[in-house]
Amino acid sequence: MNILVCIKQVPDMAARFIPNAAGTWFDESGLAWRMNDYDEFAVEEAVSLKEQLGEGANVTVLSIGPDRVVESIRKAMAMGCDRGVHINDIHAAERDPWQIASMIAGYAASRQFDLIFTGMQSIDRGSAQVGVLVAERLGLACATTVVGFLFDDGRATVERELEGGARGFVRMALPALVTCQLGLNTPRYPTLPNIMKSRKKEITLLSPEEAGLEAPLVSGSGFAPHERSGSCTVIEGEVNDLAGRVIAVLNEKTAVLRRGGAQ
Amino acid sequence: MKALLVAECRQGRLADSFPELFGFASALGAEVSVLLVGNPDDLPQFDGPLYFADVREYGEYNPDVHKRLVLKAVEAEQPDMVVFMHSSYGWDLAPRVAAAMKAAQVSEVAAIEGDGFVVGCCNGKMRRTVRPLTFCFVLTLQPGAFSPMQPGGAPALCHIEAGRTSKVEFIRHEPPAAGGVDLTRADVIVSAGRGVGSREHIGLVRALAEALGGEVGASRPAVDAGWLEHSRQIGTTGQTVAPSLYVACGISGAIQHLAGMKGSGFVLAVNTDREAPIGEVADLLVVADLVKFLPELTSRLTS
Repeated sequence: MNILVCIKQVPDMAARFIPNAAGTWFDESGLAWRMNDYDEFAVEEAVSLKEQLGEGANVTVLSIGPDRVVESIRKAMAMGCDRGVHINDIHAAERDPWQIASMIAGYAASRQFDLIFTGMQSIDRGSAQVGVLVAERLGLACATTVVGFLFDDGRATVERELEGGARGFVRMALPALVTCQLGLNTPRYPTLPNIMKSRKKEITLLSPEEAGLEAPLVSGSGFAPHERSGSCTVIEGEVNDLAGRVIAVLNEKTAVLRRGGAQ
Repeated sequence: MKALLVAECRQGRLADSFPELFGFASALGAEVSVLLVGNPDDLPQFDGPLYFADVREYGEYNPDVHKRLVLKAVEAEQPDMVVFMHSSYGWDLAPRVAAAMKAAQVSEVAAIEGDGFVVGCCNGKMRRTVRPLTFCFVLTLQPGAFSPMQPGGAPALCHIEAGRTSKVEFIRHEPPAAGGVDLTRADVIVSAGRGVGSREHIGLVRALAEALGGEVGASRPAVDAGWLEHSRQIGTTGQTVAPSLYVACGISGAIQHLAGMKGSGFVLAVNTDREAPIGEVADLLVVADLVKFLPELTSRLTS
């Protein structure tokens, strides 16, 4: 079985984001990068499935972006993916979901993948479109927001997370694509021997054009901090001073400290 | 401008989010039509075309078939935009429709800005404006972003049909797990998020909750990490709460979490990131390392 897992490298969200000169996205300098949270679950699910199937199953990990994304490809290979594909695109961060999907689908179209795993969304863009667009372009069965995955007898039975903790169960024949929600599994930490092994694994390099990049369908502008509608007071300093100030505010603004909770 | 609104049917009933679609269309001044795969005894009330297919024939979750039904309505109506809620139904179906139409899609629209749409990004910390470049485009709306509207009236019913073959077979629904803690009645909730950092530090959160006479809650990452049970999760996929005091410890404030607690009386946030989106709903944000700050606050409260 041929398995493909698509990952994105994203900045740490605790960073301070400064708009780039055009105001279309953030300035990348000084940011720390890591694998998108959702995609770690996708990699884990792909690798566990390979282990379940044994001989004859293989996992390819694909990422789009500048040279830095090789780090995330290596991490996925250290988690157990067999080979990597790097679509080297220095403009990847500003491509729209349609363009990202055009490259993934362009790469995958002639390669007979039985299953494709993606994250449900990225934590920086959060469109939740790319996985579904890839599936539609390739004519694959597709389920989103997956928190349970079982492969048996040639079919995938998946559990979709719905609102308010409800679940929906869906069955699909292969080929299929699933978009992975947080909590689907417990992503493994790469071990040192596997990190060493991953350095010898092959990464195929493609240009965006070779992968089938298409024109954008949306344009973006006005990247800026979210305007705060509320009136939040921000306090900083020594913890003993902060604790005193918090208690004073709670006494002034709430009744909870007078209700006998605290003694 | 013409908007085709895609309504949802949940377990045989028109979903509650439906008036928000109308609120959006009204904010835009759009002429409205609606598509619903739903229950003929529970139809939306408005003046305009209602493209309708019976959910008993077409199923509640059957994306291949629902996609064809939406495309039928698009063909008949020729709208400028097709609008979904950003729900488990909408984010699943919208890109399928967009792909079939080769149309632009803007996800989780929070506001209208000129000819563009404002969306959140970077986990809700930042925002940007996205403009579709195709003539007809697809949108999903952030739940709660547009004021609900019930226009009233009598729709012109237009039955539509589509092939029923599907690559996805729906098996069953499972209701939310019963039991666990009912946080909806708690007067004080102290919640743990990813920023708590490790299972060992959950004790600091528990101790503060106890000192305040409250319950312990959790954001999704704290539950996924196995630090706290799912029955304590607050947000879109957990409980919706409104205590007098909500203390968010190490919670960045993803929109899904905010949706579950923004009705709280007073919100105290403890975070190392002063720009964390939790500041959007917090009354007081303490920028501090919670491993140092929480024990200090707890000991002051109990001494």
